[in-house]
Amino acid sequence: MEHVAVLAARAEREAGGRLAVDKRMRAEAATALIRDGDHVAIGGTLYSRTPMALVFALLRQRRRHLTVSRPLACYEIELFLSTGALDRIVTSWVGIGLPWGLAPIFRHYVERGEVAYDEWSHLAMGLRYKAGAMGVPFLPSLTMLGSDLAARLDLQTVTCPYTGERLAAMPALNPDVALIHAHRADMFGNVQVDGYQHMDVDMARAARTVIVSAEQIVSPDEIAARPDQTMLPHFAVDAVVAAPYGAYPHECYGHYGPDLEHFDAYVAAVKEDGPAAGLRYVEQNVDAHADFAGFVAAAGPDRLAVLAAEAGELTPRGGPT
Amino acid sequence: MSDITADITGDITGEELMAITASRLLADHKVVFAGVGMPLLASAVARHRHAPHLTIVLEGGIIGTSLRPGKLPISTNEMRAAYGAQMLTDITDIFLYAQRGFFDYGFLGAAQVDMYGNINTSVIGSMDRPRVRLPGSGGANDIISLCNEVLIVTQHEPRRFVDRVDFVTSPGYLSGDDSRARAGLVTGRLGAVVTDLALLDFEPASRRMRLRGLQPGVSVAQVRAQTGFELLVSDEITELTPPSPEEIAIYRELRDGPAAVAGTVGATGPDRVAAGPG
Repeated sequence: MEHVAVLAARAEREAGGRLAVDKRMRAEAATALIRDGDHVAIGGTLYSRTPMALVFALLRQRRRHLTVSRPLACYEIELFLSTGALDRIVTSWVGIGLPWGLAPIFRHYVERGEVAYDEWSHLAMGLRYKAGAMGVPFLPSLTMLGSDLAARLDLQTVTCPYTGERLAAMPALNPDVALIHAHRADMFGNVQVDGYQHMDVDMARAARTVIVSAEQIVSPDEIAARPDQTMLPHFAVDAVVAAPYGAYPHECYGHYGPDLEHFDAYVAAVKEDGPAAGLRYVEQNVDAHADFAGFVAAAGPDRLAVLAAEAGELTPRGGPT
Repeated sequence: MSDITADITGDITGEELMAITASRLLADHKVVFAGVGMPLLASAVARHRHAPHLTIVLEGGIIGTSLRPGKLPISTNEMRAAYGAQMLTDITDIFLYAQRGFFDYGFLGAAQVDMYGNINTSVIGSMDRPRVRLPGSGGANDIISLCNEVLIVTQHEPRRFVDRVDFVTSPGYLSGDDSRARAGLVTGRLGAVVTDLALLDFEPASRRMRLRGLQPGVSVAQVRAQTGFELLVSDEITELTPPSPEEIAIYRELRDGPAAVAGTVGATGPDRVAAGPG
C-alpha cells in the first residue's frame, strides 16, 4: 500500500529548510510567504495569544481565497470576511466572546452562503492538528459520534483491529501555514511560551510553513537557560517576527490582558452600521498605520499599562520576564 | 426570564434559581468540566458552599481553578480562567482526560434542547440556509460525549425546549432507547436538566426527559406550557428547596464581587450562555 497522504504531509519537512540561520524578518515579509488560496491556521484561542501582528499584516495585503482554521475564532474572522479574504472557516466556534452575543458579520456571510463553515468539535480540531503533527493520516476518538456535525462532515469511523470497537477517525489537518504568537523566540526560531499552550504546538508541527511572532527576541543563551519552556525547536520554524504587544487587543498571558473596551467599541460599530463596519475597522486600524506598532501605539501608553498591570495581578509569575 | 418565577420568588431571579439548584447536584471530591457562564457560576457556588474539594476544569486546559469573586472569566482560555489553578495543560489534553474517564460531571448550557437531551448550538433553521448561524459546538459536543455524567442548565421556554432540535450539535440520547450507545457513544450519561422552573432527568428505558422536581410555587401545568414536547412526569415529583440566604449571598458575591448588588446581572450572567464556547 502506498502511503500517499503520509508522504504528501512529510514532503516539505523531509525536504529540509532546517538551516540554523537568522530567520528574523518583518511581519510584511513573513506573511508574504503565504499564497492566496492557502490554509492558514491561526494560533491562540478566541481572544488569547492571537498572532494579531501577523493577522494584521495579512489583512493589509488583502488576500483572497484563504481557508482559516483555529480552535475557537474571534473577531479576526470578521475582519478577514470583511476584506473578502475567506473561502472557508474551519473551527468549532466563532464569536467575539460571551458578553457580546452572536457575531453579526460572521452571521451575515455564513447565512448568505458566502463563506463555508466546517464546524468540528473542539477536541476534533485538536486531534486533527495532532494527527498532522504526528505524521499520521488520522487519530481515533470517542467524540463526535452520532452527532449531526459528524454527518455533515461525512466523518468516518474505524474499527479497532484488536478489539473490534468502533471509533471516530479524525482526519489529519496539515495547514499550509501556521501563525503563532509567542512570549520569546531567538533569531533561529526556538520558541517559548508561558501559560496557556492552546493548540499551538500541534498546529505548528502539522503546518508546512510556520511563522512565529514574539513579544521579545532573546538570545540563544536565554532560551537555553529554560529549555523546558521551549515549545518549538528552530527546525520547525520558518520565520521569526519581533512583535511587542503582538496579540493586542487580545491578551498575552502574563504580559497584558484583553482590551475589552476595544471589543466594546468594535461590537457597537458593527451593531450600528452592520457589515460595513468591519471593512471600516480594517481601514482605520490596519491600513491607516504604517505597521502593527502604529496600531499598538494608538492605544496609548496609559491603556497598555492598565492591561499589563491586570496581567500581573492574574498570573503567578506576573508581568513581562 | 419567565414571569412565573419572578412572581413567586420575590427578588430571587430565575438565573439564581437555576444556578443554585444546579450547584446542589455537584458533590464534594468530584471533578466538574464546566462551560463558561451559568455552568461555571453554579460550579463555583458548589465549591464555595458544600463542595470545597470540587475540582473545576475548564477547556482552556485548566485544572483546579479557584476563580476570583466578581472576576469570573468570560472565556475558558483567558488569564482570569486560570487564576489560582493547580495545573495548566493544553486544550486537546484536557479533553483526553475526559475521554479517559476522569471527569465526573460535564456541565453545559443549551440554546435548544429536545426530549432526548440533544443540544443545538449550531443553527436555527437549516444548515444550508440558516435563519440564525449560532457560534457552534466549541467543546460542548466533546463534553457531552466524554464526561461521565452530563448536566444541562438552561432557561425553560418553548423556543429552547423543542420537539426536535434543528441540528444535533451535541448528542444526548439521540432518538432514545439505546440509540446513543448504538452510535458508538458508549461512555457518559445525561444526569439532569436544571431550569428556572424545574429539575428534570431522563426516564431510564425510553431516555425521554422527565419532570422530577418543581421550583418553589411552580405547577406541572406551568412547566408543560413552557415545554415544546410531551414531557414525562415522575411519580415521585418533589418541590425543590428554595435557595437559602447563604446560597444567594454566595452566588451574588461570585457573580458581582464582594460589593454585590442584589438583582443585578454581571458580565458573567447567563443570558448569553448559549453563545459561550463549550
